[in-house]
Amino acid sequence: MTVNDIKNILDAEIICCDDLEKEVHTACGSDMMSDVLAFVKDQSVLLTGLINPQVIRTAEMMDMVCIVFVRGKEPDESTAQLAKDHGIVLLKTTHRMFTACGLLYANGLRGSCDE
Amino acid sequence: MGETIKLHYEVPGDDFTRAGEASSNVKKVLKQLGIPPQITRKVAISLYEGEINMVIHANGGHIDVEIADNVINLSLKDDGPGIPDISLAMKEGWSTAPDNVRSLGFGAGMGLPNMKKYTDEMRIESVVGKGTDIFMKVYIK
Repeated sequence: MTVNDIKNILDAEIICCDDLEKEVHTACGSDMMSDVLAFVKDQSVLLTGLINPQVIRTAEMMDMVCIVFVRGKEPDESTAQLAKDHGIVLLKTTHRMFTACGLLYANGLRGSCDE
Repeated sequence: MGETIKLHYEVPGDDFTRAGEASSNVKKVLKQLGIPPQITRKVAISLYEGEINMVIHANGGHIDVEIADNVINLSLKDDGPGIPDISLAMKEGWSTAPDNVRSLGFGAGMGLPNMKKYTDEMRIESVVGKGTDIFMKVYIK
């Protein structure tokens, strides 16, 4: 699945970065960043309801390619700039976390927490 | 590479939004040196968890990184309140972080366990009321 597929499935808007052809292999949905940091998988997307800079930092440390903010949330400009600096695509969707994760799962994306 | 590269960072304790800058910089340096991505990621995550802990619990501290041919040594030192029971602090899910930190996505009790998980060696020295020193090694295989 590509970032563009995620954008379409979640009816999401792009906040920053247009590199939508990046491949995504796994996903993680969480508001606890240490839980996210506990599971390393390549080419992941993070779904979260948090919009502080540490969300971007967490994705950066994990080499994640995309972050989806659920419930229509949008980070401030400096946080979005941090994502731009590291080439991380930011999307926002009006779906809630459960629905957003369910839609991606139903379309074949699997969890990065699965061993 | 030959020569050991040494990096030093002061971590400010009063600004949660800046937490992670040191880890981000170390990750950039490791990338530039051509260290394998999986090693770089292990170092970045371990350091980041430690840096966040410093900001949350110890009002900052300092980080020293040594990059040698076959190993990366990480040292994190603070003058914070110390850890009364290290074995308890190492348990997944155990946390003393305040609610305001949890609302920012941390304090799940995974910081120290994650640092242990992603490094090859880890040692904690802590004195209550004086501070905590954490030493970690990641071998470049």
